[in-house]
Amino acid sequence: MDLTALLLSRLQFAFTISFHIIFPSFSIGLAAWLTVLEALHLWTGRPTYRQVFEFWLKIFGVAFGLGVVSGIVMGFQFGTNWSVHARMAGPIQGPLLLYETFVAFFLEASFFGILLFGRSRVPPWFYLFSTAMVALGTTFSAFWIMANNSWMQVPVGYVMENGAFVPVDWSKILFSPVLWVRFPHMLLASFLTGAFCVAATGAWYLLRGIFAAEAHIMLRMGLYLAAVLLLVQGFFGHLNGDYVHHYQPVKFAAIEGRWHDEQPAAEVLFAIPDPEAETNHYQIAVPVLGSLIGSMSFDSKEVGLTDFPPQDRPPVIIPFFTFRIMVGCWLVMLLVAWVGSYLIHKGRIEQSRVLLWLTFLSFPLPFIAILTGWYTAEVGRQPWVVYGVLRTADAMTPFLTARTVAISLIVYCVVYSFIFVFGTFYIYRLLRAGPGGRLVQPPAAAIPNRPMSVVDEHPMPGADRVAAGE
Amino acid sequence: MVMFWVAILAVSILLYVLLDGFDLGIGILFGLTRDETRRRAMMSAVAPIWDGNETWLVVAGVVLWGAFPVVYATLFSAFYLPLLLMLAGLILRGVAFEYRYKTERMRWIWDAGFAGGSLVAAFIQGLTVGALVEGLPIANGQYTGGEFGWFSPFAILCGVGLCLGYALLGACWLVKKSEADLRDAAYRLIPYLSVGLLAFLVVVFAYALAENLQVMSQWLERPYLLVFPAIGVIAALVAAASVRHRRDGVPFYMVALIFVAAFGTLAISFWPYMIPFSITIEEAASPHSTLAFMFWGAGVFVFPLMLLYTAISYTVFRGKVRPTAGHY
Repeated sequence: MDLTALLLSRLQFAFTISFHIIFPSFSIGLAAWLTVLEALHLWTGRPTYRQVFEFWLKIFGVAFGLGVVSGIVMGFQFGTNWSVHARMAGPIQGPLLLYETFVAFFLEASFFGILLFGRSRVPPWFYLFSTAMVALGTTFSAFWIMANNSWMQVPVGYVMENGAFVPVDWSKILFSPVLWVRFPHMLLASFLTGAFCVAATGAWYLLRGIFAAEAHIMLRMGLYLAAVLLLVQGFFGHLNGDYVHHYQPVKFAAIEGRWHDEQPAAEVLFAIPDPEAETNHYQIAVPVLGSLIGSMSFDSKEVGLTDFPPQDRPPVIIPFFTFRIMVGCWLVMLLVAWVGSYLIHKGRIEQSRVLLWLTFLSFPLPFIAILTGWYTAEVGRQPWVVYGVLRTADAMTPFLTARTVAISLIVYCVVYSFIFVFGTFYIYRLLRAGPGGRLVQPPAAAIPNRPMSVVDEHPMPGADRVAAGE
Repeated sequence: MVMFWVAILAVSILLYVLLDGFDLGIGILFGLTRDETRRRAMMSAVAPIWDGNETWLVVAGVVLWGAFPVVYATLFSAFYLPLLLMLAGLILRGVAFEYRYKTERMRWIWDAGFAGGSLVAAFIQGLTVGALVEGLPIANGQYTGGEFGWFSPFAILCGVGLCLGYALLGACWLVKKSEADLRDAAYRLIPYLSVGLLAFLVVVFAYALAENLQVMSQWLERPYLLVFPAIGVIAALVAAASVRHRRDGVPFYMVALIFVAAFGTLAISFWPYMIPFSITIEEAASPHSTLAFMFWGAGVFVFPLMLLYTAISYTVFRGKVRPTAGHY
């Protein structure tokens, strides 16, 4: 076993999946947002909704395309770097990913073509239906991925036979309570990502004094939606904490930064955990709150990390901090969304440039929250890949050498940086150019199946000039 | 149940080879011309469908993982570096479809990515097949070849061969889809590519005889299997005649038939092994509870829908791509 190869493989998986998750979480939210816009357009007949729809459809096209490209790599990596895990868990995780490919990818692909090029070819109700189907496809995709990961977090419904996980009860796997709190948590996070990006774009236009009508729609719908969803997300976040508390006590202790059993337990707000000394430095803690959060009681005993042998503990520092960053992002977003919604309600949002700036600058927050949330879940699961059953160190392809993985990691870093820098720059250019222009009817030669081509089909006057400038 | 998933896997791989085969082939041919009009026309001939074509690779991958996890784990880890190159190639050629039209100054980069990525992906796929035919070093169900266990002159030869094959398929697709200048250029390429491919087949056959590869024994034991190569020969003759008479629609289907014949030949050479000659289909198959779970949803209901969607997509985009009606 090559320990460097193991570390590099983990880095590679973390890098590729972090890059990947950015784009689906954005496009899941956007697909739902597009459905809402199209429904509003049909219902009210206001052209502004259509204008906003066409604009976000272009952004959606690019984000969707980048998600597709980076997703293919994920499907291969289980086999290349984690072949022991792939062989053992294949009978359970293979089918879950197969359902994702069969159900979600083809649903997305077929209706996405209509979305991009079918406006003039299908009746309005069918166009709305197609939009909803794309949103449904992205949601299905998220479901099967969460089913996969939830099984790795809390494996159920299997027996071990000949060194492999053999499914005996699929209903336990598909109706695992863990899955049904984590899937909504992820879905809400994606909706919030969409909502905040939309609101931030609206705020940006208002700050620049352009596209006022569209900007108001974006800002109002984005912030109102976020204000509600953030509350629901808080609730599901709590339920997620409950499952961790119940099924993964050592992860819970790491997140809490609790080294020893406490009764009643305090809640550590901030500290620098020291795994060597098994204690926290510079700790700020609230007495009793830990018991309240963990068990909804004032005097419960909460377990500490030292109850578990060191080789079964996750690396404490990462989940401890990533969890706090995630919650911090949630708090800031909550503040922005509520104050913003209040000001919109009072009709004073345009006068409050501070809030517009805050809203604009908060667009990275949902992405950071999603990434840190996943780091908490995944790093907190260590040292296991299938929690409590298969260690990450035992899951790696046994003959993999550090040199091989170093090469692949470098290649992925270079290729990804290259294409994503251009993709992100392109999205930025579209956002800066903004909605507007005439509502271009789709060309006669419709071209579905090219996720990113919508961008070229409806050239923005401003965007083209920027393009020519490079 | 096992056989059902073998069939689904075979159909998925075959569809991938045929569909992505011609668009990778066009990517390879793309590198041979500098003419911007031709390049645009070549892009347009595959632009609407390449993404769907590539999805069949993902389908084959997940079927392999779900139904035959041992094969998925063994092959993907054994071909670590080749697969890395293939994925990088596929990513670069994929983004080229969009990015090349975003810039004038940097277009050469994306064009190089398109041609190079296509070439690398095709080469790796051929190499993989070649290495499998020759037999991977496997002991007790574990790959033992290290980083370069797949490397051999024969595997390299097969890589080159598949590049030629895909290029031929691509040229035939261009003949079918394009007009005037590009069509004529493609017609002129077909004889060269065909002779190259033929030479490759002769060398492969000679090598297999000389090295006494294990696949050969399959053929000696079951001579009736020669029907597949025979189909290939007939298809090649029809293709040659149709090229002579400039029947635009025919060569592509004939070359595709040659690919089907070659695929059938290979599949039967491997039978009943999944990784020749160390892991059989039965050994590799997932437990019944897994196969049944996939069968009663994805297999029976969704798979036909996927085929239907592919058919609809190709029906919508049938006919010639007019060179003047470029979408950019």
